[in-house]
Amino acid sequence: MEFKFTEENIQKINSVLVKYPTKKAAVMPVLYIAQEQNGWISLEVMKEVASILEITEEEVLGVVTFYTMYHQKPMGKYHIQVCTNVSCMLRGAYPIYDKVREKFGINNGDVTADQKFSLEEVECMGSCGTAPMIAVNEDFYENLTLEKAEEILESFKNRN
Amino acid sequence: MERIVLPEIENLHQLDVYIQNQGYEAAKKAFSQTPDEIIDQVKKSGLRGRGGAAFSAGLKWSFMPKTTNKPKYLCINGDESEPGSFKDRQIFEFNPHQLIEGILITCYAIGAKVAYIYIRGEYHKWIKLMQKAVDDAYAAGYIGEKMKEKFSNEFACDIYIHKGAGAYICGEESSLMNSIEGQRGYPRIKPPFPAQNGLWGCPTTINNVETITNVPAIINKGWEWFSKIGEPKHPGTILYGISGHVNKPGVYELPSGTLLTDLIYKYAGGVPGNKKVLCVIPGGSSMPPIRGDQIEGVKMDAESLKAVGSAIGTAGVMVMDEDTDLVKVLARISKFYHHESCGQCTPCREGTGWLEKILNRLVRGEGSSSDLDLLISVANNIEGNTICALGEAAAWPVKFMVTRFRDYFEARVKKQVTLSVSNKVHSMRQTAIPLADVSK
Repeated sequence: MEFKFTEENIQKINSVLVKYPTKKAAVMPVLYIAQEQNGWISLEVMKEVASILEITEEEVLGVVTFYTMYHQKPMGKYHIQVCTNVSCMLRGAYPIYDKVREKFGINNGDVTADQKFSLEEVECMGSCGTAPMIAVNEDFYENLTLEKAEEILESFKNRN
Repeated sequence: MERIVLPEIENLHQLDVYIQNQGYEAAKKAFSQTPDEIIDQVKKSGLRGRGGAAFSAGLKWSFMPKTTNKPKYLCINGDESEPGSFKDRQIFEFNPHQLIEGILITCYAIGAKVAYIYIRGEYHKWIKLMQKAVDDAYAAGYIGEKMKEKFSNEFACDIYIHKGAGAYICGEESSLMNSIEGQRGYPRIKPPFPAQNGLWGCPTTINNVETITNVPAIINKGWEWFSKIGEPKHPGTILYGISGHVNKPGVYELPSGTLLTDLIYKYAGGVPGNKKVLCVIPGGSSMPPIRGDQIEGVKMDAESLKAVGSAIGTAGVMVMDEDTDLVKVLARISKFYHHESCGQCTPCREGTGWLEKILNRLVRGEGSSSDLDLLISVANNIEGNTICALGEAAAWPVKFMVTRFRDYFEARVKKQVTLSVSNKVHSMRQTAIPLADVSK
């Protein structure tokens, strides 16, 4: 499917470009803008980004595949990230992670059939002092207990 | 104790509140002096980097060439992805203008016209908070061309935020530069060092968020004042992030050299259930762990921790109680480094995977004593054989945890239920309590 940036996003890209001496340097922020518009980074998105920034498609692909925050497939409407790194692990992250898997019947990297939820086991999110945590899209939910985590997941289940 | 980086002032993140509290006065003062005078003061203050290496900040600045036709850059490293570290986040949220003011002074001292604040991508909220502070400062004329008017000085610089995208390696300074340039975050071979050949081949200085946030206070109150706080060889306060098995985890700003036991028991409220301390990682997951019976009398500063065979790192203290399964912890740490290895160097790319595999075998109870030697051997072959320090970061926890807790690991491998490691457990209690059943 062909991908074109919206007029509004073209403006955003232009305001990003002034921050860097080269067009190539804007690839990360431009990919974020693309991901916000398209939901994920498809091959068509990469082609369009490459053409706008006047770099090769391979250079864009290299960046997309290196960084974990660019999704290479459509993710759920609610992307649930559970940190299981040491500080969270010590305070009960794995039972929470298992709870998410059980509740939505998905494993790391999976998306539910209705495209509503996706799960990612993530590395340290900087919530060590407020561990354990989960993040849903851009929001952090911290200082969790298993019960609190369940409550939060349930509330998302009931959302549209 | 006065807090320097995170003062107890309500709503300090707001520009007007910051200004009411002497905000941007240090920048004004700095701009009336020469760049060399500023570098000299920071050198004399003894300020050392808070990002991990604890290198002298003033000395680093002095490496920037004085005469060059190329533009100079400043990068602020706010990637903060080391497990156990969550201090810079507090600065973005509670005191962003002091960071901005520190950046202005640093740019002036090194002659940079553009500064990038590299913030890890996962910090969505904190990126927005920091962006708001930058926007407010721009609007009020504290950043950008309007600075000339505001400070009655010819100096002006721009500050931009660059959002990372989930790669721990980008906290390594040369990867961070590649990432800003729009490439994969591969570390570069050094030399040349960033001061000679940094962003787009131009002279670049890279400093940690906390380091730079200290700068306005040093200029305002003088280097003598700063140099007298805490330990003489590593002066100032440090943002200690305490996590894991403590009652009150969080960030505590205290003088360098604060006792590790004070951090755990006095400030972080001790260990839940009054359990004993089995292991402490003092500076983020890459630093060599310390045994529970070693923590008495240990001071939290670069020199003191070096003396006990560890390092200050980011001062992210992770506490593990007597019931912790260290094999599982080490396996999780190794999983992290395997996941985050950029893959450029074979010893790291392959070695971190082997470490994870062997440790997972141990977790499953299928390991043997020879696996412990194998772990150390693999770690030794990674350490020192890679472009960047991720090799060491992956090797050290394995090497030091296996050697320092050898009897624990031996017992775990032999599936012994009762582990006689009570002598290695730190407790405020007098009674020795055996470890939990690890055969589970």
